[in-house]
Amino acid sequence: MRVTTTVNGETRHADDVSESESLLYLLRERLGLPGSKNACEQGECGSCTVYLDGVPACSCLVAAGQAEGSDVVTVEGLAPGRDLDPVQEAFVECGAVQCGFCTPGFVVSAHDLLARCPNPGDDEIREALAGNLCRCTGYEKILDAVRCAAGRMPSERSTV
Amino acid sequence: MVFLHATSLADAVAALSAHPGAVPIAGGTDVMVEVNFDRRRPAALLDLTRVPELSRWWVEDGRVRLGAGIPYARVIAELGDRLPGLAMAARTVGSPQIRNRGTVGGNLGAASPAGDSHPPLLAAGAEVELVSNRGRRRVPVCEFYTGVKRNVLAPDELIEAVWVDSVAGPQQFSKIGTRNAMVISVAAFALALHPERQQVGTGIGSAAPTPRRAREAEELLAGELDAAGLWESRGPLPATLAEEFGSRVCAAAAPIDDVRGSAAYRVHSLRVMARRTLTWAWNDYRKAA
Repeated sequence: MRVTTTVNGETRHADDVSESESLLYLLRERLGLPGSKNACEQGECGSCTVYLDGVPACSCLVAAGQAEGSDVVTVEGLAPGRDLDPVQEAFVECGAVQCGFCTPGFVVSAHDLLARCPNPGDDEIREALAGNLCRCTGYEKILDAVRCAAGRMPSERSTV
Repeated sequence: MVFLHATSLADAVAALSAHPGAVPIAGGTDVMVEVNFDRRRPAALLDLTRVPELSRWWVEDGRVRLGAGIPYARVIAELGDRLPGLAMAARTVGSPQIRNRGTVGGNLGAASPAGDSHPPLLAAGAEVELVSNRGRRRVPVCEFYTGVKRNVLAPDELIEAVWVDSVAGPQQFSKIGTRNAMVISVAAFALALHPERQQVGTGIGSAAPTPRRAREAEELLAGELDAAGLWESRGPLPATLAEEFGSRVCAAAAPIDDVRGSAAYRVHSLRVMARRTLTWAWNDYRKAA
Protein backbone atom coordinates (compact mmCIF):
# COMPACT_ATOMS: atom_id res chain seq x y z
CA MET A 1 0.00 0.00 0.00
CA ARG A 2 1.00 3.63 -0.35
CA VAL A 3 1.38 5.69 2.82
CA THR A 4 1.54 9.47 2.81
CA THR A 5 2.67 11.31 5.91
CA THR A 6 4.10 14.66 6.83
CA VAL A 7 7.52 13.95 8.29
CA ASN A 8 9.58 16.76 9.75
CA GLY A 9 7.44 19.23 7.86
CA GLU A 10 7.67 17.58 4.43
CA THR A 11 5.03 15.51 2.69
CA ARG A 12 6.48 12.05 2.13
CA HIS A 13 5.11 9.15 0.12
CA ALA A 14 6.16 5.55 0.54
CA ASP A 15 5.04 2.81 -1.83
CA ASP A 16 4.83 -0.95 -1.34
CA VAL A 17 4.44 -0.52 2.40
CA SER A 18 3.54 -3.80 4.05
CA GLU A 19 0.28 -3.85 6.01
CA SER A 20 2.07 -5.33 9.01
CA GLU A 21 5.06 -3.02 9.17
CA SER A 22 5.50 -0.34 11.78
CA LEU A 23 5.90 3.39 11.49
CA LEU A 24 9.44 2.85 12.79
CA TYR A 25 10.26 0.60 9.84
CA LEU A 26 8.69 3.08 7.45
CA LEU A 27 10.80 5.92 8.83
CA ARG A 28 14.08 4.03 8.93
CA GLU A 29 13.95 1.77 5.92
CA ARG A 30 11.73 3.59 3.46
CA LEU A 31 12.17 7.28 4.27
CA GLY A 32 15.87 7.19 5.16
CA LEU A 33 15.47 8.53 8.69
CA PRO A 34 17.52 6.19 10.88
CA GLY A 35 17.59 8.49 13.92
CA SER A 36 14.73 6.63 15.60
CA LYS A 37 16.22 3.37 16.80
CA ASN A 38 14.85 -0.14 16.56
CA ALA A 39 15.53 -1.96 19.79
CA CYS A 40 12.83 -3.81 21.70
CA GLU A 41 9.94 -3.60 19.21
CA GLN A 42 7.50 -3.86 22.10
CA GLY A 43 7.24 -0.37 23.52
CA GLU A 44 9.44 -1.12 26.52
CA CYS A 45 12.53 0.93 25.72
CA GLY A 46 11.44 4.16 24.05
CA SER A 47 14.37 4.21 21.59
CA CYS A 48 11.93 4.69 18.70
CA THR A 49 10.05 7.61 20.29
CA VAL A 50 8.74 10.18 17.78
CA TYR A 51 6.09 12.86 17.88
CA LEU A 52 2.94 11.54 16.25
CA ASP A 53 0.39 14.31 15.76
CA GLY A 54 2.12 16.28 18.48
CA VAL A 55 2.46 13.65 21.21
CA PRO A 56 5.33 11.25 21.86
CA ALA A 57 4.68 7.67 20.83
CA CYS A 58 6.70 4.53 20.31
CA SER A 59 6.84 4.33 16.53
CA CYS A 60 7.38 0.55 16.76
CA LEU A 61 3.82 0.22 18.08
CA VAL A 62 2.18 2.29 15.36
CA ALA A 63 1.23 0.37 12.22
CA ALA A 64 2.57 2.26 9.20
CA GLY A 65 -0.94 2.41 7.79
CA GLN A 66 -2.16 4.15 10.93
CA ALA A 67 0.25 7.00 10.19
CA GLU A 68 -1.51 7.79 6.90
CA GLY A 69 -2.17 11.53 6.89
CA SER A 70 -0.36 12.04 10.19
CA ASP A 71 2.18 14.59 11.20
CA VAL A 72 5.39 12.94 12.38
CA VAL A 73 8.43 14.65 13.87
CA THR A 74 11.53 12.55 14.44
CA VAL A 75 14.74 13.40 16.23
CA GLU A 76 16.10 14.57 12.87
CA GLY A 77 13.38 17.21 12.69
CA LEU A 78 13.76 18.90 16.07
CA ALA A 79 16.06 21.55 14.62
CA PRO A 80 16.54 22.72 11.03
CA GLY A 81 19.38 21.42 8.89
CA ARG A 82 22.54 20.69 10.84
CA ASP A 83 21.51 22.85 13.79
CA LEU A 84 20.94 21.28 17.17
CA ASP A 85 17.90 21.76 19.33
CA PRO A 86 18.70 22.98 22.88
CA VAL A 87 17.98 19.49 24.21
CA GLN A 88 20.43 17.97 21.74
CA GLU A 89 23.04 20.60 22.63
CA ALA A 90 22.60 19.87 26.31
CA PHE A 91 23.04 16.11 25.76
CA VAL A 92 26.34 16.84 23.98
CA GLU A 93 27.55 19.32 26.60
CA CYS A 94 26.65 17.15 29.57
CA GLY A 95 28.06 13.92 28.18
CA ALA A 96 24.63 12.34 28.31
CA VAL A 97 25.56 9.98 25.48
CA GLN A 98 27.42 6.73 25.96
CA CYS A 99 26.69 4.15 23.27
CA GLY A 100 24.11 6.56 21.91
CA PHE A 101 21.45 4.03 21.02
CA CYS A 102 18.85 5.33 23.46
CA THR A 103 19.74 8.98 22.88
CA PRO A 104 17.26 9.86 20.10
CA GLY A 105 14.36 8.53 22.17
CA PHE A 106 15.50 10.35 25.29
CA VAL A 107 15.94 13.55 23.29
CA VAL A 108 12.40 13.41 21.91
CA SER A 109 10.88 12.59 25.32
CA ALA A 110 12.88 15.36 27.00
CA HIS A 111 11.95 17.78 24.22
CA ASP A 112 8.27 17.05 24.81
CA LEU A 113 8.65 17.47 28.58
CA LEU A 114 10.34 20.86 28.25
CA ALA A 115 7.81 22.05 25.69
CA ARG A 116 5.02 21.28 28.19
CA CYS A 117 6.89 22.14 31.35
CA PRO A 118 9.87 24.46 30.85
CA ASN A 119 11.18 24.17 34.39
CA PRO A 120 10.53 20.62 35.60
CA GLY A 121 11.51 19.19 38.96
CA ASP A 122 13.46 15.95 39.17
CA ASP A 123 10.33 13.91 39.79
CA GLU A 124 8.75 15.33 36.66
CA ILE A 125 11.87 14.57 34.64
CA ARG A 126 11.98 11.00 35.89
CA GLU A 127 8.30 10.50 35.16
CA ALA A 128 8.62 11.96 31.66
CA LEU A 129 11.59 9.70 30.89
CA ALA A 130 10.10 6.59 32.50
CA GLY A 131 9.46 5.01 29.12
CA ASN A 132 13.07 5.34 27.92
CA LEU A 133 15.73 2.84 28.88
CA CYS A 134 19.49 3.46 28.78
CA ARG A 135 21.28 0.12 28.65
CA CYS A 136 24.57 1.87 29.56
CA THR A 137 22.72 3.04 32.70
CA GLY A 138 23.95 6.59 32.15
CA TYR A 139 20.91 8.13 33.73
CA GLU A 140 22.63 10.72 35.91
CA LYS A 141 24.16 12.49 32.91
CA ILE A 142 20.85 12.31 31.08
CA LEU A 143 19.11 13.98 34.03
CA ASP A 144 21.89 16.61 34.06
CA ALA A 145 21.28 17.27 30.36
CA VAL A 146 17.55 17.75 30.84
CA ARG A 147 18.13 20.14 33.76
CA CYS A 148 20.66 21.99 31.60
CA ALA A 149 18.27 22.24 28.65
CA ALA A 150 15.45 23.52 30.85
CA GLY A 151 15.16 27.24 30.40
CA ARG A 152 16.97 27.19 27.06
CA MET A 153 13.89 25.99 25.20
CA PRO A 154 11.95 28.42 23.04
CA SER A 155 8.70 29.24 24.81
CA GLU A 156 6.54 28.10 21.89
CA ARG A 157 6.74 24.58 20.53
CA SER A 158 7.80 26.15 17.26
CA THR A 159 9.44 23.11 15.71
CA VAL A 160 6.48 20.80 16.09
CA MET B 1 -2.90 -9.01 4.95
CA VAL B 2 -5.31 -6.15 4.30
CA PHE B 3 -5.17 -2.78 6.02
CA LEU B 4 -8.60 -1.26 6.58
CA HIS B 5 -9.04 2.43 7.35
CA ALA B 6 -12.28 3.41 9.07
CA THR B 7 -13.28 7.03 9.39
CA SER B 8 -16.66 6.53 11.05
CA LEU B 9 -18.20 3.97 13.35
CA ALA B 10 -20.52 2.82 10.55
CA ASP B 11 -17.45 2.28 8.37
CA ALA B 12 -15.71 0.28 11.05
CA VAL B 13 -18.73 -1.93 11.72
CA ALA B 14 -19.21 -2.56 7.99
CA ALA B 15 -15.53 -3.36 7.53
CA LEU B 16 -15.55 -5.82 10.40
CA SER B 17 -18.69 -7.44 9.06
CA ALA B 18 -17.02 -7.85 5.65
CA HIS B 19 -13.75 -9.10 7.20
CA PRO B 20 -14.71 -11.05 10.32
CA GLY B 21 -11.09 -12.07 10.91
CA ALA B 22 -9.89 -8.47 11.03
CA VAL B 23 -8.10 -7.40 14.19
CA PRO B 24 -9.15 -3.94 15.37
CA ILE B 25 -6.18 -1.76 16.24
CA ALA B 26 -6.22 1.53 18.16
CA GLY B 27 -3.10 2.41 20.18
CA GLY B 28 -1.39 -0.75 18.98
CA THR B 29 0.36 -1.27 22.30
CA ASP B 30 -0.74 -4.93 22.43
CA VAL B 31 -1.54 -5.75 18.80
CA MET B 32 1.70 -4.41 17.32
CA VAL B 33 3.83 -6.33 19.82
CA GLU B 34 2.24 -9.54 18.58
CA VAL B 35 2.61 -8.48 14.95
CA ASN B 36 6.24 -7.38 15.38
CA PHE B 37 7.16 -10.72 16.92
CA ASP B 38 5.19 -12.71 14.36
CA ARG B 39 2.99 -14.16 17.06
CA ARG B 40 -0.01 -12.98 15.11
CA ARG B 41 -0.52 -12.54 11.39
CA PRO B 42 -4.15 -11.44 11.06
CA ALA B 43 -5.90 -11.47 7.70
CA ALA B 44 -6.65 -7.79 8.19
CA LEU B 45 -5.92 -4.90 10.53
CA LEU B 46 -8.78 -2.47 11.09
CA ASP B 47 -7.49 0.95 12.15
CA LEU B 48 -9.85 2.65 14.59
CA THR B 49 -7.79 5.74 15.39
CA ARG B 50 -9.73 7.92 12.93
CA VAL B 51 -13.18 6.94 14.16
CA PRO B 52 -14.49 10.07 15.91
CA GLU B 53 -17.27 8.27 17.80
CA LEU B 54 -14.65 6.23 19.63
CA SER B 55 -12.62 9.20 20.81
CA ARG B 56 -15.40 11.11 22.57
CA TRP B 57 -16.82 10.96 26.07
CA TRP B 58 -19.91 12.52 27.54
CA VAL B 59 -22.19 12.25 30.55
CA GLU B 60 -25.69 10.85 30.15
CA ASP B 61 -28.07 10.14 33.05
CA GLY B 62 -25.27 10.35 35.58
CA ARG B 63 -23.09 7.90 33.69
CA VAL B 64 -19.93 8.60 31.78
CA ARG B 65 -19.95 7.18 28.28
CA LEU B 66 -16.26 6.67 27.54
CA GLY B 67 -15.41 6.07 23.90
CA ALA B 68 -13.33 2.91 23.54
CA GLY B 69 -10.57 4.71 21.64
CA ILE B 70 -9.76 7.29 24.31
CA PRO B 71 -6.13 6.90 25.39
CA TYR B 72 -5.10 6.68 29.02
CA ALA B 73 -3.48 10.12 28.84
CA ARG B 74 -6.91 11.64 28.20
CA VAL B 75 -8.57 9.60 30.95
CA ILE B 76 -5.98 11.06 33.32
CA ALA B 77 -6.24 14.63 32.01
CA GLU B 78 -10.00 14.83 31.51
CA LEU B 79 -11.69 12.31 33.80
CA GLY B 80 -9.76 12.26 37.07
CA ASP B 81 -12.74 13.83 38.83
CA ARG B 82 -15.54 11.73 37.34
CA LEU B 83 -13.75 8.37 37.11
CA PRO B 84 -11.10 8.57 39.84
CA GLY B 85 -10.48 4.82 40.13
CA LEU B 86 -9.95 4.38 36.40
CA ALA B 87 -7.76 7.49 36.27
CA MET B 88 -5.60 6.16 39.12
CA ALA B 89 -5.14 2.90 37.25
CA ALA B 90 -4.44 4.80 34.02
CA ARG B 91 -1.59 6.68 35.72
CA THR B 92 0.15 3.35 36.39
CA VAL B 93 -0.03 2.13 32.79
CA GLY B 94 3.30 1.72 30.98
CA SER B 95 5.02 5.00 30.27
CA PRO B 96 4.05 8.40 28.85
CA GLN B 97 4.44 7.05 25.31
CA ILE B 98 2.19 4.08 26.07
CA ARG B 99 -0.41 6.21 27.88
CA ASN B 100 -0.56 8.51 24.85
CA ARG B 101 -1.61 5.60 22.66
CA GLY B 102 -3.07 2.74 24.72
CA THR B 103 -6.83 2.78 25.22
CA VAL B 104 -9.37 1.40 27.65
CA GLY B 105 -11.15 -0.31 24.74
CA GLY B 106 -7.92 -2.00 23.77
CA ASN B 107 -7.41 -3.18 27.32
CA LEU B 108 -10.88 -4.76 27.22
CA GLY B 109 -10.28 -6.26 23.78
CA ALA B 110 -7.02 -7.86 24.90
CA ALA B 111 -8.74 -9.02 28.12
CA SER B 112 -5.45 -9.83 29.83
CA PRO B 113 -5.97 -10.71 33.49
CA ALA B 114 -3.22 -8.15 34.16
CA GLY B 115 -4.90 -5.25 32.30
CA ASP B 116 -4.90 -2.19 34.55
CA SER B 117 -8.34 -0.90 33.52
CA HIS B 118 -10.21 -4.00 34.60
CA PRO B 119 -10.15 -3.74 38.42
CA PRO B 120 -11.52 -0.17 38.57
CA LEU B 121 -14.15 -0.94 35.91
CA LEU B 122 -15.26 -3.99 37.94
CA ALA B 123 -15.34 -2.00 41.17
CA ALA B 124 -17.39 0.76 39.56
CA GLY B 125 -19.87 -1.68 38.03
CA ALA B 126 -19.16 -0.57 34.45
CA GLU B 127 -20.89 -1.84 31.34
CA VAL B 128 -19.23 -2.49 28.01
CA GLU B 129 -21.16 -1.41 24.91
CA LEU B 130 -20.62 -3.60 21.86
CA VAL B 131 -21.71 -2.80 18.34
CA SER B 132 -22.03 -4.81 15.16
CA ASN B 133 -24.15 -4.88 12.02
CA ARG B 134 -26.68 -6.79 14.10
CA GLY B 135 -27.11 -3.97 16.60
CA ARG B 136 -25.82 -2.90 19.99
CA ARG B 137 -25.68 -4.62 23.36
CA ARG B 138 -24.36 -3.73 26.77
CA VAL B 139 -22.55 -6.31 28.87
CA PRO B 140 -21.78 -5.82 32.57
CA VAL B 141 -18.01 -5.81 32.79
CA CYS B 142 -18.08 -8.63 35.37
CA GLU B 143 -19.60 -10.84 32.64
CA PHE B 144 -17.32 -9.59 29.90
CA TYR B 145 -14.22 -11.69 30.61
CA THR B 146 -14.56 -15.37 29.78
CA GLY B 147 -11.02 -16.71 30.19
CA VAL B 148 -7.36 -15.83 29.93
CA LYS B 149 -7.27 -13.13 27.23
CA ARG B 150 -10.81 -14.06 26.23
CA ASN B 151 -14.02 -12.07 26.28
CA VAL B 152 -17.59 -12.21 25.02
CA LEU B 153 -16.90 -10.30 21.79
CA ALA B 154 -18.26 -11.99 18.67
CA PRO B 155 -15.98 -11.86 15.61
CA ASP B 156 -18.09 -9.13 14.03
CA GLU B 157 -18.40 -6.99 17.18
CA LEU B 158 -16.48 -3.89 18.13
CA ILE B 159 -16.08 -2.39 21.58
CA GLU B 160 -17.71 1.01 21.19
CA ALA B 161 -17.72 2.44 24.68
CA VAL B 162 -17.68 1.83 28.39
CA TRP B 163 -20.44 3.18 30.62
CA VAL B 164 -19.37 4.01 34.16
CA ASP B 165 -21.31 5.73 36.94
CA SER B 166 -19.95 9.19 37.51
CA VAL B 167 -18.35 8.99 40.92
CA ALA B 168 -20.59 9.12 43.99
CA GLY B 169 -18.11 7.85 46.59
CA PRO B 170 -14.41 7.29 47.16
CA GLN B 171 -12.48 5.01 44.83
CA GLN B 172 -8.99 3.59 45.20
CA PHE B 173 -6.58 1.52 43.15
CA SER B 174 -3.39 -0.25 44.08
CA LYS B 175 -0.95 -2.23 41.99
CA ILE B 176 2.14 -4.26 42.78
CA GLY B 177 5.07 -4.21 40.37
CA THR B 178 8.82 -4.23 40.33
CA ARG B 179 9.16 -0.51 39.68
CA ASN B 180 6.95 2.50 39.08
CA ALA B 181 7.01 2.51 35.27
CA MET B 182 6.53 -0.08 32.54
CA VAL B 183 5.08 -2.59 34.94
CA ILE B 184 2.77 -5.44 34.12
CA SER B 185 1.05 -5.85 37.44
CA VAL B 186 1.99 -8.71 39.72
CA ALA B 187 -1.34 -8.13 41.43
CA ALA B 188 -3.78 -5.25 41.48
CA PHE B 189 -6.86 -4.28 43.45
CA ALA B 190 -9.53 -1.64 43.04
CA LEU B 191 -12.17 -0.56 45.51
CA ALA B 192 -15.22 1.67 45.11
CA LEU B 193 -17.52 2.72 47.92
CA HIS B 194 -21.07 3.43 46.76
CA PRO B 195 -22.57 5.22 49.78
CA GLU B 196 -25.68 6.29 47.85
CA ARG B 197 -26.78 2.66 47.63
CA GLN B 198 -24.71 1.40 50.58
CA GLN B 199 -22.75 -1.00 48.45
CA VAL B 200 -19.11 -1.81 47.84
CA GLY B 201 -17.39 -2.65 44.56
CA THR B 202 -14.14 -4.54 44.12
CA GLY B 203 -11.90 -5.67 41.29
CA ILE B 204 -8.94 -8.06 41.41
CA GLY B 205 -6.25 -8.04 38.72
CA SER B 206 -3.49 -10.53 37.87
CA ALA B 207 -4.63 -13.04 40.44
CA ALA B 208 -7.07 -15.28 38.55
CA PRO B 209 -7.61 -16.40 34.93
CA THR B 210 -9.74 -13.31 34.43
CA PRO B 211 -10.14 -10.02 36.24
CA ARG B 212 -12.84 -10.65 38.82
CA ARG B 213 -14.82 -9.20 41.70
CA ALA B 214 -14.52 -10.36 45.29
CA ARG B 215 -18.23 -10.63 45.86
CA GLU B 216 -18.15 -12.09 49.36
CA ALA B 217 -15.79 -9.36 50.45
CA GLU B 218 -18.14 -6.74 48.99
CA GLU B 219 -21.14 -8.23 50.78
CA LEU B 220 -19.32 -8.62 54.08
CA LEU B 221 -18.09 -5.05 54.08
CA ALA B 222 -21.36 -3.48 52.95
CA GLY B 223 -23.28 -5.56 55.51
CA GLU B 224 -20.99 -4.74 58.43
CA LEU B 225 -20.93 -1.03 57.60
CA ASP B 226 -24.71 -1.11 57.49
CA ALA B 227 -25.07 -3.11 60.72
CA ALA B 228 -22.81 -0.71 62.62
CA GLY B 229 -24.50 2.36 61.13
CA LEU B 230 -21.17 3.50 59.73
CA TRP B 231 -22.49 4.64 56.35
CA GLU B 232 -24.41 7.34 58.26
CA SER B 233 -22.10 8.03 61.19
CA ARG B 234 -18.89 7.91 59.12
CA GLY B 235 -17.20 6.66 62.28
CA PRO B 236 -13.78 5.01 62.36
CA LEU B 237 -13.43 1.75 60.51
CA PRO B 238 -12.90 -1.19 62.89
CA ALA B 239 -9.45 -2.70 62.25
CA THR B 240 -10.89 -6.19 62.45
CA LEU B 241 -13.29 -5.37 59.63
CA ALA B 242 -10.47 -4.20 57.37
CA GLU B 243 -8.58 -7.43 58.14
CA GLU B 244 -11.60 -9.60 57.48
CA PHE B 245 -12.24 -7.73 54.23
CA GLY B 246 -8.65 -8.50 53.18
CA SER B 247 -9.14 -12.17 53.96
CA ARG B 248 -12.31 -12.35 51.88
CA VAL B 249 -10.57 -10.64 48.98
CA CYS B 250 -7.78 -13.24 49.13
CA ALA B 251 -10.36 -16.01 49.17
CA ALA B 252 -11.78 -14.72 45.88
CA ALA B 253 -8.44 -14.94 44.10
CA ALA B 254 -7.13 -17.96 42.20
CA PRO B 255 -3.58 -16.97 41.32
CA ILE B 256 -0.80 -18.97 39.72
CA ASP B 257 2.98 -18.97 40.06
CA ASP B 258 4.59 -17.30 37.06
CA VAL B 259 7.60 -15.20 36.11
CA ARG B 260 6.17 -12.09 37.72
CA GLY B 261 5.41 -13.58 41.12
CA SER B 262 4.29 -16.58 43.11
CA ALA B 263 0.70 -17.39 43.91
CA ALA B 264 1.48 -17.03 47.60
CA TYR B 265 2.94 -13.56 47.10
CA ARG B 266 -0.06 -12.51 45.06
CA VAL B 267 -2.44 -13.61 47.80
CA HIS B 268 -0.37 -11.83 50.43
CA SER B 269 -0.21 -8.64 48.38
CA LEU B 270 -3.95 -8.70 47.75
CA ARG B 271 -4.59 -8.92 51.48
CA VAL B 272 -2.39 -5.87 52.04
CA MET B 273 -3.81 -3.90 49.11
CA ALA B 274 -7.41 -4.65 50.11
CA ARG B 275 -6.81 -3.45 53.66
CA ARG B 276 -4.91 -0.36 52.53
CA THR B 277 -7.31 0.72 49.80
CA LEU B 278 -10.24 0.27 52.18
CA THR B 279 -8.49 2.37 54.82
CA TRP B 280 -7.69 5.12 52.29
CA ALA B 281 -11.20 5.10 50.84
CA TRP B 282 -12.84 5.11 54.27
CA ASN B 283 -10.66 8.01 55.39
CA ASP B 284 -11.70 9.89 52.23
CA TYR B 285 -15.34 9.13 53.00
CA ARG B 286 -14.98 10.42 56.56
CA LYS B 287 -13.22 13.59 55.38
CA ALA B 288 -15.88 14.24 52.74
CA ALA B 289 -18.54 14.56 55.47
